[in-house]
Amino acid sequence: MSGAAAGRLPEGESPWRRAWLRLRRRPAALAALAVLGAVALLCVLVPLASPFDYATPDWDALYRAPGWPHLLGTDDLGRDLLVRVMWGCRVSLLIGITASLVSVVIGVTWGAAAGYAGGVVDSLMMRFVDILYTVPFIPLVIVLTVLFGRSFLLVFVAIGAVSWLDIARIVRGQTLSLKSREFIAAARALGVPAPTMIVRHLVPNLLGLVLIYATLTIPAVILFEAFLSFLGLGVHAPLASLGTLVSDGASELQSHPYLLVIPSIFLTLIVCCFSYLGDGLRDALDPREQR
Amino acid sequence: MWRFLAQRLLTAVPTLIIIATLAFALLHATPGGPFDSAKRIPPEIERSIEAQYHLDEPLWRQYLRYMGNLARGDLGPSYQYRDTSVNELIRAGLPVDATVGTCALLLALLLGSLFGIVAALRRDTSWDYVPMLFASLGIALPAFVVGPLLILVFAVTLHWLPSGDWRAGSVRYLILPVVALALPYTAYIARMVRGAALEVLASPFIRTARAKGLPLGTVILRHALRPILSPVVSFIGPAFAGVLTGSIIIESVFGLPGIGRYFLTGAINRDYTLVVGITVLYGALIIVCNLLADLCYAWLDPRVRLRS
Repeated sequence: MSGAAAGRLPEGESPWRRAWLRLRRRPAALAALAVLGAVALLCVLVPLASPFDYATPDWDALYRAPGWPHLLGTDDLGRDLLVRVMWGCRVSLLIGITASLVSVVIGVTWGAAAGYAGGVVDSLMMRFVDILYTVPFIPLVIVLTVLFGRSFLLVFVAIGAVSWLDIARIVRGQTLSLKSREFIAAARALGVPAPTMIVRHLVPNLLGLVLIYATLTIPAVILFEAFLSFLGLGVHAPLASLGTLVSDGASELQSHPYLLVIPSIFLTLIVCCFSYLGDGLRDALDPREQR
Repeated sequence: MWRFLAQRLLTAVPTLIIIATLAFALLHATPGGPFDSAKRIPPEIERSIEAQYHLDEPLWRQYLRYMGNLARGDLGPSYQYRDTSVNELIRAGLPVDATVGTCALLLALLLGSLFGIVAALRRDTSWDYVPMLFASLGIALPAFVVGPLLILVFAVTLHWLPSGDWRAGSVRYLILPVVALALPYTAYIARMVRGAALEVLASPFIRTARAKGLPLGTVILRHALRPILSPVVSFIGPAFAGVLTGSIIIESVFGLPGIGRYFLTGAINRDYTLVVGITVLYGALIIVCNLLADLCYAWLDPRVRLRS
């Protein structure tokens, strides 16, 4: 062994870097990431650059077919569809990401606390999750949104509050197996209190798993918001989400099919990309998949 | 197994009580009542209506009265549909949902398993790529997009099938709603079955069966099918819950007279008993379906022991 090579320690590879390398070998996930980035960029830039806005009706331009100057045509009030679809993407992405964050925060806290506490506390907490699993949530969210008015914030919180169960279960399972590892024993020997233990030592090790399921929660949430919007329980007019656009388009399907088709394409694109990205992340990050 | 069944049914009772309490509390916690309307009603008539439906009593008495009736299977009178009980509304609507939902689940199971197994057998060919592409689309396309598109193609353009409405016992009215409802679950099951089938088909016992000269069909039906289907069975519980709530959309797209429609109008009109009744019914159906799924799971995979 030559002196120069022996003098340098082999560089440690961080798990995140290894994950990125694995993710890079999955073209579907990378393409999904690129498309999502493009959609995010467009939905910020297009409403800024366009001379039209999403709310003002133009009575001289009702139901224009796609063309110039309305690239994707106009709707029943003469509003530019491109700008409305881009606003819809903004709203849907925002709801998807925020509600997923809510569910991740609740799910990780609940699951990690249950797994770390163990014993009676653990079984009580998980029994509670089991019970919630059988609650018909979508009807309850419908009731909630009907009763408390169609507040934007409520839609976030309601969806986030009902979709944390899966994450809680997964995090608990992973916490149980992490708990028996040496670094946790070492931290406990140093007298680290339980909340610090969870936040500083357990959660960072769970981030990969959480990232996967958050990515897979986002499309589910976007579809759920679209579902609520279709029932007339989503965002308020004139603001649009992809769900309200699709549902408006569905009612004019026979006379103006592009009003349904164009928002549907964006909805499908976003949902598909998130699930491909989630699948790719699962292959790259899930410790159970490492062979 | 009987012990397992009894325990599960016993834990179902508190769950249902929690669901009913939650729904009851939510509905009563909000301002507005079922008899608020733009028309001004003379106060004495309003009081007499409220007395008739016991809305003038303190909330806890209403709650106890409701739970007592619930225990006897009586969901109370509907506020919105006068002179009709919630039980009658459910009895009228449930057969529609049950027919559409069952057909959709069966179709999804059948087609999903078929496409999944074929895709796994012909891995990395167009038999694999094309169904899986459609599966991705099927998961991402919501029923309220698929439904109108189906109507546009098969009812408006081709005139093959009616665009909506319902005739009891007529298959023609059943096809489009069932297809629209089944599509996402078909897609999901196909992807799940493909994954499971790839794993099972690579395992040694399948190689042994092939090596002793059994034809491929026999190997799949007799040996591979059970392990392939066991993850699908555990998905039936959530899928059933999804079909139930998905039918709310399907009903409004195709104009079916099911309970989802009553649920929506009930929630909007503060029809307390109707909404709580249907929510409890949904909960009970989900519990029963989860239980059945667990039993099937144990039957398919003998290593699973039934424990509560």
